[in-house]
Amino acid sequence: MTFSPMPGAAPVLRQVGAQASMEARLMLRNGEQLLLALVIPVIVLIGGVAGADRVGLEFSRPTVDIFTPGVLALAVMSTAFTSLAIATGFERRYGVIKRLGTSPLSRGSLLAGKAGALLAVEVVQLVVLGAVGAALGWDPDPNLLAALAAVLLGTVAFASLGLLLAGSLRAEATLAAANLVYLLLLAGGAVVLPASAYGGFGDVARWLPSGALGEALRDALERADFSPRDLAVLAAWAVVGSVLTSRTFKWE
Amino acid sequence: MRYGDKVAVDDLSLTVDAHTITAVLGPNGAGKTTTLETCEGYRRPQSGSVRVLGLDPVRDRRKLLPRIGVMLQDGGAWSGVRAMEMLRHIARLHAHPLDVEMLAERVGLGDCGRTPYRRLSGGQQQRLGLAMALVGRPELVFVDEPTAGMDPKARRTTWELLEELRADGVTVVLTTHYMDEAERLADRLHIIDRGRLVASGSPLELTRGGGVSTIRLVVTEPFPPEASRSLKAALGPDTEVTQLDPVSLLVTGPADASTLARVSGWCDEHGVVPESLTLGQRNLEDVFLELTGRELGP
Repeated sequence: MTFSPMPGAAPVLRQVGAQASMEARLMLRNGEQLLLALVIPVIVLIGGVAGADRVGLEFSRPTVDIFTPGVLALAVMSTAFTSLAIATGFERRYGVIKRLGTSPLSRGSLLAGKAGALLAVEVVQLVVLGAVGAALGWDPDPNLLAALAAVLLGTVAFASLGLLLAGSLRAEATLAAANLVYLLLLAGGAVVLPASAYGGFGDVARWLPSGALGEALRDALERADFSPRDLAVLAAWAVVGSVLTSRTFKWE
Repeated sequence: MRYGDKVAVDDLSLTVDAHTITAVLGPNGAGKTTTLETCEGYRRPQSGSVRVLGLDPVRDRRKLLPRIGVMLQDGGAWSGVRAMEMLRHIARLHAHPLDVEMLAERVGLGDCGRTPYRRLSGGQQQRLGLAMALVGRPELVFVDEPTAGMDPKARRTTWELLEELRADGVTVVLTTHYMDEAERLADRLHIIDRGRLVASGSPLELTRGGGVSTIRLVVTEPFPPEASRSLKAALGPDTEVTQLDPVSLLVTGPADASTLARVSGWCDEHGVVPESLTLGQRNLEDVFLELTGRELGP
């Protein structure tokens, strides 16, 4: 073989595609990430549907119709926020971002690759959780455009917040903080349970990205409704998160 | 180049010729990595200028990056990624990458292609790092301590590979604190210490001159008592004689043909039979010691 120079960058789209498929594969192969992405949401969905009537939660519709969109929102949150934050934190720690920084991959392409990986994982989550929901009798009344808008805005909002965490803390601190925030939002963030189930706190929870995403997806999938207020809240979080991240993110 | 108040690299001027191997030699903490990272565009110098392939590494980074290959001192891969998977990924970012299978074979990654990065040995991680630096067919490669942590066989393979790169028209800049590595590979050598350039030249230029050489005398039977003192008396006050072991002596000082003749005369006179008598040159270790008053070692 010859090493005679023939340098050049691959076309940008091919670079982004390579980065996205690499990151998606790593996420789906990693045990803890898989736990967050699929196992916990499936358990929450099955457990929630089976246990809701026993703990006295009453809804106007079958519980599976309430829980499935909520669990889809949880899945988006776990991937775009927790998984992304942890993965990026360790990429900084292990010099991956530094290494890629000397390759032809630009930072913009790296971010685009990350976005592509998140969407790919979310598609897998949607298929699995949708199938589990269907098996439990989920009967949605969907507005697909509204659902898509909620997922995309939610992904951007949570991803920017995840990167905010990963770009300013050490890897271990990111791991701890990302899991803690995830648990707090799962319990009190109106993501799986509707904001109305939280009484007075529900109004506050709807201003959180978790509550806004949960409400937007429930509206979109339960009654084919478009929820401008929740989408606006998600957009606002996306803007705030992106601005803060771009100001504070340290690549190394 | 400063980090906070600490000046890591100061007033450092050096140039690298195309299609050669240039070594930046210095002890740990001398500023080797900082110098390299400034060339790679990671750091913007507070003063002075850097041009790599005619480009400003910070301003023209996007144009420069596809043309260079970089081997980091450590890390640079996801902990769960398999060795070949990582190499293939970097290959995909380039327009005309090398054949990854052949490259892996060439750097000696053969049987650990499916091993996750975190389970590779230090030497295997180094080899993967080198392969990642080369896969895009760069014009110029920066390799930071390429053989640290490698066994002797892997070191030789790496040296041969770097020589092959030069033969194929790739320019190589490497940092090292190994003398033998610099001496064997480098066409041109820059010795830096505490962020400053202390000497530049080819290994031969640097070890020649100064007028100091060494003569090593090995004999067949142990020397008589007081041999080193009597030899020193025979050679004159500018010379130092050190007994290394019962059968060998080291003479340092202005050693030339006449010194050699006097040493052999002394042997004749004292009835010792030389097994070998060799005139040696200063090595880079000696040069470094003279220039900085410090040992180079790691």
